[in-house]
Amino acid sequence: MSGAAPIPVEGTVRRAAPLSESFRELGLLVFILLLCGLFQLGNHNFLTLGNIRDLLTNTAILSILSVGMMMVILTRGIDLSIGSIIALAGMAASMTVSAHRDIHPLLSILEGVAVGTACGALNGLLIARFNVLPIIATLGLMNVIRGGTYLLSGGAWVSSYQMSDGFKAIATGKLLGVSYPILIAVAINLAFVYFIDHTRTGRRIYAVGSNPDAADVSGIPRRRIIWLVYTIMGALSGLGGVIWAAKFASAQSDSAVGFELSVIAATVLGGVSIAGGSGKVSGLVLGTILLGILNNALPLIQVSPFWQMAIQGAVILAAVLTNVLVKRNNQRSALQRRVI
Amino acid sequence: MERTIRVDRPWSWRSFFLQWEWLLVLIFLAVHVVNSLLSPYYFNADTFLQTPMSFLDKAFLVLPMTMVIILGNIDISVGSIVALSAVLMAVAYNAGLPMPLAMALCLAVASACGLLNGILMTRFKELSSVIVTLATMIIYRGIAYAILRDQAAGGFPAWYSALGWDSVGGIPIIVIAFAACAVVFALLLHRTSFGRRIYGMGSNLTASRYSGVRTDAILLTVSVLTGLMAGFTALFLTSRMGSTRPNVAQGYELEVIAMVVLGGVSTSGGKGRMAGPLLAVFIIGFLNYGLGLVNIPAQVLLVILGLLLILSVLVLNLRFRDRHPRTPPATEIAGP
Repeated sequence: MSGAAPIPVEGTVRRAAPLSESFRELGLLVFILLLCGLFQLGNHNFLTLGNIRDLLTNTAILSILSVGMMMVILTRGIDLSIGSIIALAGMAASMTVSAHRDIHPLLSILEGVAVGTACGALNGLLIARFNVLPIIATLGLMNVIRGGTYLLSGGAWVSSYQMSDGFKAIATGKLLGVSYPILIAVAINLAFVYFIDHTRTGRRIYAVGSNPDAADVSGIPRRRIIWLVYTIMGALSGLGGVIWAAKFASAQSDSAVGFELSVIAATVLGGVSIAGGSGKVSGLVLGTILLGILNNALPLIQVSPFWQMAIQGAVILAAVLTNVLVKRNNQRSALQRRVI
Repeated sequence: MERTIRVDRPWSWRSFFLQWEWLLVLIFLAVHVVNSLLSPYYFNADTFLQTPMSFLDKAFLVLPMTMVIILGNIDISVGSIVALSAVLMAVAYNAGLPMPLAMALCLAVASACGLLNGILMTRFKELSSVIVTLATMIIYRGIAYAILRDQAAGGFPAWYSALGWDSVGGIPIIVIAFAACAVVFALLLHRTSFGRRIYGMGSNLTASRYSGVRTDAILLTVSVLTGLMAGFTALFLTSRMGSTRPNVAQGYELEVIAMVVLGGVSTSGGKGRMAGPLLAVFIIGFLNYGLGLVNIPAQVLLVILGLLLILSVLVLNLRFRDRHPRTPPATEIAGP
């Protein structure tokens, strides 16, 4: 594996991003704008303040989770269990709320995060400590957790009338006209930028992903980093689960089935390389917004919802392949520069 | 690191009985004992002949998946290939295509899906098989949804449903078909140079390429075989259900991968035999049947399946780690 990714680790040395990488983000931005123009032509209600706010609120959970997924994929991993963790955390929080209606919403959020953290830590334990392949460990836990949610709830739903207004306000409440999920997502993305770009642990995540052996040799606690990454992913899924339950005002044991695919898609669209070690938050945000548009706006221009899955898959594949081609092009031009 | 050369160790009782497959045989027997305790009607010849009809459809996928995992890859698009080929077969039949041709179309579409996976993997070697098949998994099922929406398609001729339900000489057709496929795959993997090269590629892809193995051709072949077997699964599954929907075979990839891993095939590639996954098919199949007898919900089976997957990987990892540090003496490396 030749690591062409910029990996400033634990130092102040920072290479300017290669031109094509910022070009990639520019391309993504242009594509989003084109898409918006197209949707606006198809339906004049697309670019209204209300619709954009709805779209962003619907994309908030995706954005929160894609932050975690970016870290996981940076370490060359993958997490398929997040859809199940969303269901379990949402179910646990909603069941507590239905039993004790006067519980503070913040405590519900805390409960969901705690449940998610526990699940994520289990993922991390299997992967970092016992060397189970990420896809196998998370595929296994995906089913264990999904089944666990079913057993916990006995197959029953927690419906809207069983939830307190405070709980539902987690998703519907607004501050200065901006809904809470958007605020939470923005806060998490900002915290993430600081964490991944400006702290030692954050840079170590890149190091572990771009060259695990080198990371080991240079004394980075690789296993602990990997464990941490899956635990954070779990915590964010737990948070997402509570927002999910509050937003749909119902918790079911089959909530968020297949949502992991959307999250992975958004992350990969954002230019986070599946080979690990490269990807930027700015790209991630653009990728998430693009996927949010694809997920929410297709019905507005009379595209059958049954096409949504195929289109989403095709877009993921195109993004992944473009990524590879851009990288190859980079390496080739770097090679040519060296010869001359 | 990994040894690619077959080493003839002196035969000993200890190493013979320390094989993973014996553990599987014990589990297999334990499942039957537990099932017989659970239900007095369980233990008779009918159970053993008729029950496999209900779980052998997905077992066709276990055969190529064993090869895929020995190669060090993974394929999570198989369930979607089953859905897409089944849906296209049903739609083509309802549009007037004769049933035998529709069945051929099903196999052809499934093989083409496998081929596309293979082409993507060989053309874009930087991508892991996980991400390629993840993308195609969404695309294939997405196309199935786009074609059939939330409808079901069926109305097949009577002889077609006999495929999944009838027996020849007391043995169900699906059992005969599966046995034939299993023999072919076992021979391919263990008795041909093609099979040896799969092990070689799984242990060390670069070394295989440098020693003149046409790695791309082998990867493509395995991918097409995976697609073809998904087609067989689609044929038998649809035959048993009588109609098909875009959401059939959801989660098959987990069950199939779990069976292969439980069968002792290492997810890091290059290790494992066909016998293990075959035993695992029957263990999980009969376990499922037994749980059904005592009305345990399907979700519990999900939990058990997930736990089995993780536990067998854990045990296998520990087992191989113990063996790892031992470097073989020079005489052993000479090999055949």
